Amino acid sequence: MAKQAAAKQAKKPVSRKDMSRIRWTMREIMRNKTAYVLVLPFMIIFFLFTVIPVVVSLALSLTTFNMLQWPNFIFFDNYIRLFLDDDLFIKAIQNTLIFAAVTGPVSYVLSFAVAWFINELSPKVRALVTLVFYAPSISGAVYTIWGVFFSGNAYGYVNAWLMRLGLIEEPIQWFQNAAYVMPLCIVVALWTSLGTAFLSFIAGLQIVDRSLYEAGAVDGVRNRWQELWYITLPYMRPQLMFGAIMAITGSFGFGGIVDALAGNPSVDYCAWTITHHLADYGNSRFEVGYASAISVVLFAMMFGANLLIKRLLSKLGQ
Amino acid sequence: MAKAKKLRIRKHAVVLNRSRGGDTGIGIMLFLLGAFMFLPMVYAISQSLKPLDELWKFPPNFIVHNPTVKNYTDLFRLMNTSWVPFSRYLFNTVLISVSGTFGNLILSSMAAYALSKIKFPGRGWMFQMIVLSLMFSATAASIANFITMSLLHWVDTLWAVIVPAWGSTLGLYLMKQFMESSVSDAVLESARLDGSSEFNTFIRIAMPMVKPAWLTLIVYSFQGLWNSGASIYIYSEELKTFNYAISQILSGGIVRAGAGAASTVVMMIVPVVVFVITQSNIIETMSASGMKD
Repeated sequence: MAKQAAAKQAKKPVSRKDMSRIRWTMREIMRNKTAYVLVLPFMIIFFLFTVIPVVVSLALSLTTFNMLQWPNFIFFDNYIRLFLDDDLFIKAIQNTLIFAAVTGPVSYVLSFAVAWFINELSPKVRALVTLVFYAPSISGAVYTIWGVFFSGNAYGYVNAWLMRLGLIEEPIQWFQNAAYVMPLCIVVALWTSLGTAFLSFIAGLQIVDRSLYEAGAVDGVRNRWQELWYITLPYMRPQLMFGAIMAITGSFGFGGIVDALAGNPSVDYCAWTITHHLADYGNSRFEVGYASAISVVLFAMMFGANLLIKRLLSKLGQ
Repeated sequence: MAKAKKLRIRKHAVVLNRSRGGDTGIGIMLFLLGAFMFLPMVYAISQSLKPLDELWKFPPNFIVHNPTVKNYTDLFRLMNTSWVPFSRYLFNTVLISVSGTFGNLILSSMAAYALSKIKFPGRGWMFQMIVLSLMFSATAASIANFITMSLLHWVDTLWAVIVPAWGSTLGLYLMKQFMESSVSDAVLESARLDGSSEFNTFIRIAMPMVKPAWLTLIVYSFQGLWNSGASIYIYSEELKTFNYAISQILSGGIVRAGAGAASTVVMMIVPVVVFVITQSNIIETMSASGMKD
């Protein structure tokens, strides 16, 4: 025992305790120079285009910056203006929250449900069904077909059918009517939402340890629902966490669908979202300070959603 | 209690606790959801094959009766008569997709190897920041990025689209998780003891073992860039992408309805085919995607 320890000492002459934390860290850094060479290129790009913009947004949101004049520091005036003096922003927040609160959870549950449904199919059939469900999320602008489906004239499939059945006299202008735009955009967003999370769930379900199911059956698991709740879901917590993050990120960035189907701006701004507001002030009016405040609010909402999900997932299987 | 576990044998596996009622219910659900997902795709393809009189027929046919490829030939004719030649848009998209993906692959695999297989001070918080970044969609950073781009004089150049793609974090995350679970430390350690340099170990030993992960990264990055439309950093018409040009055709209204439908089908073919080829690799990579907290 002592010999072994001595041998170890000889190999690694300096242990963590022989020196101060700083010197030890410096030594470790020198020893792993290659590691830094390997991560550095990525980290430079990552910091330049992701981390620094976030910090800069936070700072600029407290100023009047407009790309031309030197920014004035105005504390929280931008935020006060946003929440108290900008009706369109309040509408954008409402729409964004409605959209995220519906599409996020529904697409998450749908992704898991479908992955679970197809889990016991034979591998070939499973691959085919996976393709059917996954294809809309990677097919780019193909969601514009929904615009043809719900086209505002009698040649739209939905209008044609409603008219044939005698339910309506005149074709409905689906994407020109404030009452229909949001629900329809939500449906289309859901149609395109079985993406990365879905694949992660499919893979996760495949690697659940089979012997757990047998042990569960012996221990009194009596149907597939109990099996799901007590064995599968707790076992899949890592995938569920990853999937949740993907679902949240997806549910806050859906401006493109609205623009393509309902136009920008949509009728009466009925589907106006934070992303639209952000682009309007940032890229059209160059009120960068104000736009930064908008993006900080967006950050905060995404962050809050993630904290909430973490809370909920820790309760699985209990 | 008398009714013990239900054990049934299916073609390929022994399954426990499966009632026929449940199987049927799930089958019906799956069928309905499948129809919801699949029918619009069918309609898109059917629409693209319709001759003009069928496109404007009341009531409309769901499935085309007299299929024609005229819409596709129209699409190519439209492409040839556009102000900026279509080959230019296509070139831009290919250039962005290939160079963006290539850069992302190189930088991500280097970083993923270091983060998963070398224990160096700082790797913990570096990875944490990458996980954090997955939670935010890039739009939220677009305002500040515009300032960066103008400082770099990259506004209205393709660099503004390509270089940020190199730092995309999803591919790095997936590759790091996959390396952690499928490249054994023992193998790397013995290579190091044999005198292989860290860089050599990475290229010769670790990289060949994570082929599914780099295929996945390529597919993801390529798909994202292939579908990228109008960028806020690009003004010049001759620097815009194929997807942007397609969306211009789509918004052309009645005259171009047929060509528009054909263009969506053209756009979707590439990503779908790529996924069909790489599906098993992607699923394999995804099995390591879980996030341990």
